[in-house]
Amino acid sequence: MALLDVRDLSVVFRRRGAEPFTAVDGVGFTVEPGQTVGLVGESGCGKSVTSLAIMGLLPRRGNQVTGEVRFEDTDLLKLRPQDLRDRRGRDIGMIFQDPLSSLNPVIPLGLQVAEVLERHQGKTRQAALRQAGGLLDAVGIPDPARRLKEFPHQLSGGMRQRALIAIALACKPRLLIADEPTTALDVTIQAQILALLKELVDQSGTALVMITHDLGVVAGLCDTVNVLYAGKVVERAGRHDLFADPRHPYTHGLLQSVPRLDVDRGGRLHQIRGSVSDNIPWPEGCAFAPRCDRVIDDCVGATVPLEPTRRDGALRCTNPVPQEVPA
Amino acid sequence: MSDVLVEIDDLKVHFPIKSGLLFDRTIAHVLAVDGVSLKIARGETYGLVGESGCGKSTLGRGLLRLVEPTHGRIIVDGTDVRALQGEQMRLFRRRIQMVFQDPMSSLDPRQSVESLLVEGLKAHDMHRDKAAVRQRLRSTLDSVGLPASTLNKYPHEFSGGQRQRIGIARALILGPELIVADEPVSALDVSIQAQVVNLLGDLQESLGLTYLVIAHDLAVVRHISDTIGVMYLGALVEEADGDRLYQRPLHPYTRALLSAVPIPDPWTEDRRERILLAGDLPSPVNPPSGCRFRTRCPWSQPRCAEDRPELRVFDDSGQRVACHFAEQIHSGELRMHEVHTELVRPAQGSAPDVGSGLIQTRNDLP
Repeated sequence: MALLDVRDLSVVFRRRGAEPFTAVDGVGFTVEPGQTVGLVGESGCGKSVTSLAIMGLLPRRGNQVTGEVRFEDTDLLKLRPQDLRDRRGRDIGMIFQDPLSSLNPVIPLGLQVAEVLERHQGKTRQAALRQAGGLLDAVGIPDPARRLKEFPHQLSGGMRQRALIAIALACKPRLLIADEPTTALDVTIQAQILALLKELVDQSGTALVMITHDLGVVAGLCDTVNVLYAGKVVERAGRHDLFADPRHPYTHGLLQSVPRLDVDRGGRLHQIRGSVSDNIPWPEGCAFAPRCDRVIDDCVGATVPLEPTRRDGALRCTNPVPQEVPA
Repeated sequence: MSDVLVEIDDLKVHFPIKSGLLFDRTIAHVLAVDGVSLKIARGETYGLVGESGCGKSTLGRGLLRLVEPTHGRIIVDGTDVRALQGEQMRLFRRRIQMVFQDPMSSLDPRQSVESLLVEGLKAHDMHRDKAAVRQRLRSTLDSVGLPASTLNKYPHEFSGGQRQRIGIARALILGPELIVADEPVSALDVSIQAQVVNLLGDLQESLGLTYLVIAHDLAVVRHISDTIGVMYLGALVEEADGDRLYQRPLHPYTRALLSAVPIPDPWTEDRRERILLAGDLPSPVNPPSGCRFRTRCPWSQPRCAEDRPELRVFDDSGQRVACHFAEQIHSGELRMHEVHTELVRPAQGSAPDVGSGLIQTRNDLP
């Protein structure tokens, strides 16, 4: 059975005096225990809102979350807030993009790590602090005993992100959601953090949902990749299939528009015309249609369903890119 | 090298750190740029890469004297830029323009696009002939792929990619020879990034521009640059043409940097060997003795702590590298060893806010 099963998740933001805005529109995916699943897309595609909705972290007012988020046997969306708080941090951990703003600047690091252990495992402060030291050590922070008394501003960006990972993994959650965990970091630090995440996830058998805009990160880490566009999953495939044989014109275009280090310099980059905001809100049909090179009459008008493809994938397109390798 | 447009010789930009209640005492210096020499040929693109805090932006700003260099020479097309005074410098700026990273914060939200573009013309007294100005505005917008109706709009009405096009148009309108682009695409989404990268290429071809592109994204830099310089902690550690740098990185830092860039190809990612660097960038206030990279270098030797390696020509290809042991590392004679992480304090180590430096040295701006 799947560890996390998100079904038909939608988030609609309502504001007085404005049209309701659908940020996430019927997103569904599953995460098996120990699996790494990627959610990829550009800004505004709804990937962060999806993760916040799963964790129940969206503000209570002004939005409407519908659908199902089944974590093992419970629907997280139906839990009472206090029950959800019991699970957050214990069963599901989360790492955010900006490590400085997700740590409390006026509380020593050790306390912030220990807090999770006290809350969920009922440890005493002393025992929790002792364990916190071990956790910081496990994520590769040098001299952890001293770091416990220090404040977030005394650490570099990479070290802060390590501390956040330590907090998220303190209670050995079965699922970890990482929302752009390396975007604020330099490449060499990014490589450190990704290697660390991979190692920890492999060791502990934690499932990982990796949210990112960087196709390179996905290529190295994820088992299954969901490509999001304008709040919908447009393509899902195993990472090898997705990169070898992208079927959706958006995925195809995206992969071609990234300059790559490992191939010879070409002349011009492939470009996708227009921008994401060109077609938001989209009334009907495919949201990518105005930017798509393969647009046909069927693309506008009726909503395009997400249909299963070979090898457990899924595709939402009426005129997909032809398959290069016959299956 | 053919026709050299820009020559930078031993450029240093040091920022004082001040302290004291009554009298500002300078207690130390942030060595943001510490002895960089490079040449940019006319019509080529020079890419400057490095991680945050390595001094690449300060170097770009130092070149335009938006921050005043502490030492060194800058020769642009035969003119010694550092010798220019007040008004001369202001007029000289017409020939070197800058494109900034964040198109939202570098465009005044209360100025229409027309007024944004005409401002530069006014500063150089090129706005008198109304018809010529119209013509110029239109052709500039056309060259960056924006319609003429853009003129009456305000920055907030545009998407990120379009704003960056306005930023480029603002740099182009004065007909500069050199454009310094500081992270021109890093604030943009992948699909938009490709549009702007292509635009920069097209403009170079049609207008014969010379670029100094500063970016942290190696893949983007390699795509657009003829020559690439890699910076680490205020100094150039390696310089080569784009393909050679990728095929044969000589400096340990370049090797680590290249191996850290994720590649959107699962097969490559599975097979790749990564050089994971330990720890963070050391503080530019108190850089390590000798080679600055030695604290994180998996090949470091005792000699590295004593002599600071000069940027030297490696072989006939013209590739330059600042490493004592480049040959031995390249031939595999020297093996990697373990490196212990040294903790770096961001409070003292972080690069100064170059924006505030801009205000400090405004005396030569109009």
